[in-house]
Amino acid sequence: MAPMTQRAKPANLRFRLYTVLMVLVLASTALVVRAVDLQVVRKDFYQGEGDARYLRDIPIAVSRGTIFDRNGEPLAVSTPVESIWGNPQELLANPEQLPVLAKALGVATADLTERLVQRKDKEFLYLKRPVDPDTAKDLLALKIPGVASERAFRRYYPSGEIIAHALGMTNIDDRGQEGLELAFDDWLAGKPGLKRVIRDRLGHVVENVELLQEAQPGRDLTLSIDRRIQYLAYRELKTAILDHNALSGSMVILDVSNGEVLAMVNQPSFNPNSRIAIDPAYRRNRAVTDVVEPGSTMKPFTIAAALESGRWKADTAIDTTPGTLQLQGGYTISDHRNYGMINVTRVITKSSNVGAAKIASTLSNDHMYDVFHRFGFGEVSGCGFPGESPGFLPISKSWGPVEKATISYGYGLSVTPMQIAQAYAALANGGRLRQPGFVKGAINPDSAVIDPQIAESVRTMLETVITPEGSGLAAAVPNFRVAGKTGTSRRAVAGGYEKRYVSLFAGMVPASNPRLVGVVVINDPGKGNGPYFGGLVSAPVFSKVMANALRLLDVPPDNVQRWYAGAPDVGHPIDPASEAPEYPADEPNYEESVPQ
Amino acid sequence: MSVRLLAMLVLVAAVISSAIGVVYARHESRRHFVELNRLTNERDNLNFEFGRLQLEQATWAENNRIEQIARGRLGMVSPSAAEMVVTNR
Repeated sequence: MAPMTQRAKPANLRFRLYTVLMVLVLASTALVVRAVDLQVVRKDFYQGEGDARYLRDIPIAVSRGTIFDRNGEPLAVSTPVESIWGNPQELLANPEQLPVLAKALGVATADLTERLVQRKDKEFLYLKRPVDPDTAKDLLALKIPGVASERAFRRYYPSGEIIAHALGMTNIDDRGQEGLELAFDDWLAGKPGLKRVIRDRLGHVVENVELLQEAQPGRDLTLSIDRRIQYLAYRELKTAILDHNALSGSMVILDVSNGEVLAMVNQPSFNPNSRIAIDPAYRRNRAVTDVVEPGSTMKPFTIAAALESGRWKADTAIDTTPGTLQLQGGYTISDHRNYGMINVTRVITKSSNVGAAKIASTLSNDHMYDVFHRFGFGEVSGCGFPGESPGFLPISKSWGPVEKATISYGYGLSVTPMQIAQAYAALANGGRLRQPGFVKGAINPDSAVIDPQIAESVRTMLETVITPEGSGLAAAVPNFRVAGKTGTSRRAVAGGYEKRYVSLFAGMVPASNPRLVGVVVINDPGKGNGPYFGGLVSAPVFSKVMANALRLLDVPPDNVQRWYAGAPDVGHPIDPASEAPEYPADEPNYEESVPQ
Repeated sequence: MSVRLLAMLVLVAAVISSAIGVVYARHESRRHFVELNRLTNERDNLNFEFGRLQLEQATWAENNRIEQIARGRLGMVSPSAAEMVVTNR
């Protein structure tokens, strides 16, 4: 047979070769184009989609900084808790597990199912939080598919209601909502970290890939508050409020030397550890947010203005006869009784409204306003507490004779307890005003607001209040000299004053070299019946708190040898129990005139 | 010729050792990352434990509780002003 290799149509062969070649070239071009498309043009999209199937960026929870008191006692501590979450799709796919889960969570199966159905197109739902770690472990041990746990933090306040207002509280995400928790939120909170992990289909972490952002735990905060003094103040204030059936109250204690707040308590209070809805009225930090009319506690500043004017000295005589003063327009100022001829010191001792008004009438409006303003009235104290009220001091241009007279004894203006404390601290600190602060060691600069000699002179006058002759004997602290002033004012309500009162006491101890300033404000004692004078209601609270606070702070007594001279009880130190000697029993000195 | 071959061999060896180096470094990095995570967790857990203990201590040392035990169970009293003696050192 002849070989079959001979071809008749080589041209046809070439055509077929080209065709095959062309198909191959086209095919490989298509592959290259596709590859370029996938690898280069649409790489980001596919890479992202691919990563999204198994890579997850998960936050690393950080704990909030601890808040300590000045002696290192913890006041607010964050401890880890678990947040149980579930994948609604996965849970609904296993309906037989739902009753088990509902029982473990302590909710009704129907409610749980409803919540899951509402979120059925999502992959994440918090089932319960916060859960303590042990309970969470038990729950996870049930191995219900689609249930997992995430670490979170819960804030605990071991001192509870005692310091609730000052600290404020955090929300469920551990962010500050009120009080110092809010004021120092950035400092305390820290920055959550972020890490990238590989997860399997069930959400378990298979491998940690990299740390994207390092977690920065919250920083600790040391407050100026002393937990022991805070407790004393709270206990005594609460007792007084219960005894006098009062509506509310506040007490602030400042350290004179550096303006630090040692205690700030309010009644009524609340338990910050419970998450149940709390009446906002209970949560308010009244010591800085609520204003009162200061009443007679304002007189020392009127006197300071008088001394500064040079027209008055501590022993300048002033006639308060007949115990009332008629102003133009028929407005009458009255004292509790007729004190006759007295000097400027006695105006403070006896809390004479007529005396204060007469002194004020010789001063210019601008000067009086300026002195009050220098002592911090009408402006926020600068302590940095959220929601602090600036109070209200009307501008001097608007003062007529009546306004000026009433302002001179503490009416027609409003102040916060913190402002009173700050102003008294300036008197105690040789006329240098310092903004109060809540952080230990962070001391605000001070500035001179009045001559040191005037401050000293006013302090000496204030000491006469805490004697059997003055209105504030109940504020006496055994073995210590006390300077202070009582105050009683009508509660201002819309459209005038009602027959309800505010009892105040502001004072400093030891008077020879003041270390502590305390302000007690009790709102509506007796609710219309019962004692309401500052010297009867608020002064005893001051006495009891300061007696113990001075002992805790190791302040040496300055009144061991100094007996009160001139009273029948010579030879005894002044004590809250000292008898008021020179007046008949039906005219106790606690009483001060309250304008009608 | 042999010089080029030698250079080639050296380069190949360098590439291979570098590749192994990369793999090793990657492995080490993962290992250290795991170690870091373990230690961070340990630190955090110790911190949490410390926080819990602080909380517990603060709860036991609550002033109200101390006062009740001191006054009630132990019958302690605060000295009155008359009972106090001031000493000078």
